[in-house]
Amino acid sequence: MMLSRVARRIYWMARYIERAENTARLVNTYHFLLLDLPRGTHIGWEILPVITGGYQLFSERYQRHDERNTTKFLLADTDNPGSLLNTISSARENCRTSREILPGQAWEQINELHLYTGARINDAIPRRGRFDFLTEIIHRCQQLTGLLAGTMSQDNAYDFVRIGRNLERADMTTRVVDIGAMSTQGREDPGNLDIHVWTSMLQALNAYQMYRKDMQPGVHSADVVSYLLQNDYLPRSVAHCLDQVEECIGNLPRHKDTLKPIRETRRRIGRIKADKLDAIKLHHEVDRLQVGISAVHKQIRKTWFS
Amino acid sequence: MSIDWKSYDPGEFYDELISTPGYARAPARNLTAWLRSLSQEELQVRKVDAELAIIDKGVTFTVYSDGENIDRAWPFDIIPRVIPIREWRRIEDGLKQRLQALNLFIDDLYHEQKIIRDRIIPKSLIAQSKGFRKECVDITPIHGVWAHICGSDLVRDSDGTVYVLEDNLRVPSGVSYMIENREVTKRVLPEMFENNNILPVDDYPDRLLEMLQSIAPGRRKKPEVVVLTPGIYNSAYFEHAFLARSMGAELVEGSDLVVEKDDCVYMRTIQGLARIDVIYRRVDDLYIDPEVFLPESTLGVPGLMRAWRKGNVALANAPGCGVADDKVVYSYVPEIIRYYLDDDPLLPNVPTYRCNNKKQREHVLANLETMVVKPANESGGYGMLVGPQSTAREREEFQRLVSTNPRNYIGQPALNLSTGPTLCDHVMEPRHLDLRPFILQGKDTYVTTGGLTRVAMKKGSLVVNSSQGGGSKDTWVVDNEST
Repeated sequence: MMLSRVARRIYWMARYIERAENTARLVNTYHFLLLDLPRGTHIGWEILPVITGGYQLFSERYQRHDERNTTKFLLADTDNPGSLLNTISSARENCRTSREILPGQAWEQINELHLYTGARINDAIPRRGRFDFLTEIIHRCQQLTGLLAGTMSQDNAYDFVRIGRNLERADMTTRVVDIGAMSTQGREDPGNLDIHVWTSMLQALNAYQMYRKDMQPGVHSADVVSYLLQNDYLPRSVAHCLDQVEECIGNLPRHKDTLKPIRETRRRIGRIKADKLDAIKLHHEVDRLQVGISAVHKQIRKTWFS
Repeated sequence: MSIDWKSYDPGEFYDELISTPGYARAPARNLTAWLRSLSQEELQVRKVDAELAIIDKGVTFTVYSDGENIDRAWPFDIIPRVIPIREWRRIEDGLKQRLQALNLFIDDLYHEQKIIRDRIIPKSLIAQSKGFRKECVDITPIHGVWAHICGSDLVRDSDGTVYVLEDNLRVPSGVSYMIENREVTKRVLPEMFENNNILPVDDYPDRLLEMLQSIAPGRRKKPEVVVLTPGIYNSAYFEHAFLARSMGAELVEGSDLVVEKDDCVYMRTIQGLARIDVIYRRVDDLYIDPEVFLPESTLGVPGLMRAWRKGNVALANAPGCGVADDKVVYSYVPEIIRYYLDDDPLLPNVPTYRCNNKKQREHVLANLETMVVKPANESGGYGMLVGPQSTAREREEFQRLVSTNPRNYIGQPALNLSTGPTLCDHVMEPRHLDLRPFILQGKDTYVTTGGLTRVAMKKGSLVVNSSQGGGSKDTWVVDNEST
């Protein structure tokens, strides 16, 4: 027997750990992408708050949408519920309140992660300290994910960990694809820019090496989009993440209603023809996938958390 | 160098282990001799081992300080307190008698109030009681038992007499520490367990579960028992989690439970709603149901009282049982035992002066320096005056408090609490202690073997509460009679 409250907290803990890692990687990658782009390319930092869904709050809080303010908003702003700092606090709080069924070390590590982030977050705003700080955050999040995988009983509690982690991953991948689409949209001569942007997007998802291994011909936008959305084996492809979620949901009691939205979204992914989509159509497609992922979340909440 | 028991001098106090410098009491002889065989260094190593074990096992209690809740490691002294089995059996009988009488008393108060009609206790006492709940009138819980779990505090005076100092009937805590103290002691003093007949204490969670199942309504084969906690910010959260885990029961918060239209209680699980039969509630009764008691409470479950009154769920302890957890009611317990059981009390009360009685109040106010004055309805050692250690200003304050609200105060002569050898900065020194055994009553009555010994770690201090710098010791009931 598992309490709904406990399931909810574990699910959110996993989502927040994953979100923290993804946010760190996104900011890190973007930083390097901007360094690589030719001068005069009008790609700015403000695309990140747009993509992560905090643009309105960002605009209200900051006049200048420059690098400093954007990174501050995404990483250190305590008034932004989606900032790295708040994400890690939320992960910790959810872990703290479900300590009975989590390995003791998980609490210790998440607590240390929280202390580390609080102590060092200001190093991440200037460019110089940012890379080291964000890399450390990524490592610590991965360590936690590994700890849970290696020490938790693989029962329903762990199913909720995997569901949270994979839904968050799927969601982030759609957002990264969206950044790619928006950055290359409407360019006269996308050629070179394309390569830079899509390479960065692969890196943001830790997928560059795997992509090179699996896809010989080089970095082309349609191939990358298809790889990130549809590849069966890449741990962060939307298809793979949803397959994982589907498998875990199948392990849970009363799962019938929740399989439906997953399968619908999964079929939609299968039908995507990346080479037929221009940037605008791709953006709409990504939008619909995000609606689908959110429908899965809503059904999970309705079935198991209330 | 090792311990020199000859230089250990408890003075005028009764010491639990040492009768006169150099001489141990019979059941403690093996222990003191063995302790003497250890060097200072070895003793110190064991002390550190105990501290590490406590941190490893995550045995904590929460204190509220500077606006924050802090988890502190449980303070523990490795030198156990020893009680001979013959004395313990007598105490055990006294505690059972006491709780049985108290339950008859509570049940009577919520029904005919014969004890008031027969003028054993005054009506005004109940009318002014903070623990009396009119919502409980005419309810009859299963077996007629209201207080299923009781923690009574025992103290020993310098002549060796054991007194009951108070009965905690609302949500008494500490039992998990009793069990953890034994676990730690087995790790750090394993030699003693081979050669002594020390009775085990770890059957408590099983006894608790048996008791809780025995009060389940209906005929379900395996009743669903849960522990209701106010949540992680409560000072006793460690214990709530510990007891739930050791009973294999779900640890729930108010928001996990719901009372449906059928007036039954369910918990929300990933399987859907699951019916609950028994709730071991660690939430004060004013907070358990916002529909009946404090409407702003978020710790409880709307409709819980309705479900309980209809007999669809058992609550332990039953709401309203706090009426007997009142220090003025306490002063009547000997009469209560005689009235309901027609027996003399086996365990004496500490002589108690009721401040609502003019003569007794005058006695208390005239002797504040030698008295302990306590509010009727507080726990945790808060709001009391310890006369011998008080300042003139504090005594003045209590003159005022007692005169304005006499019903709320009792006075007791300050007892010379017994001591036990305690390892303080490398030296063995006497420290004052008390004992909290736990008594269970459902279908049967059960008493823990020993209980939680609390010790005032500060020299000369009589305050043993962990929230106020107290520590604890393992408690050994030693069978030194059978071979």
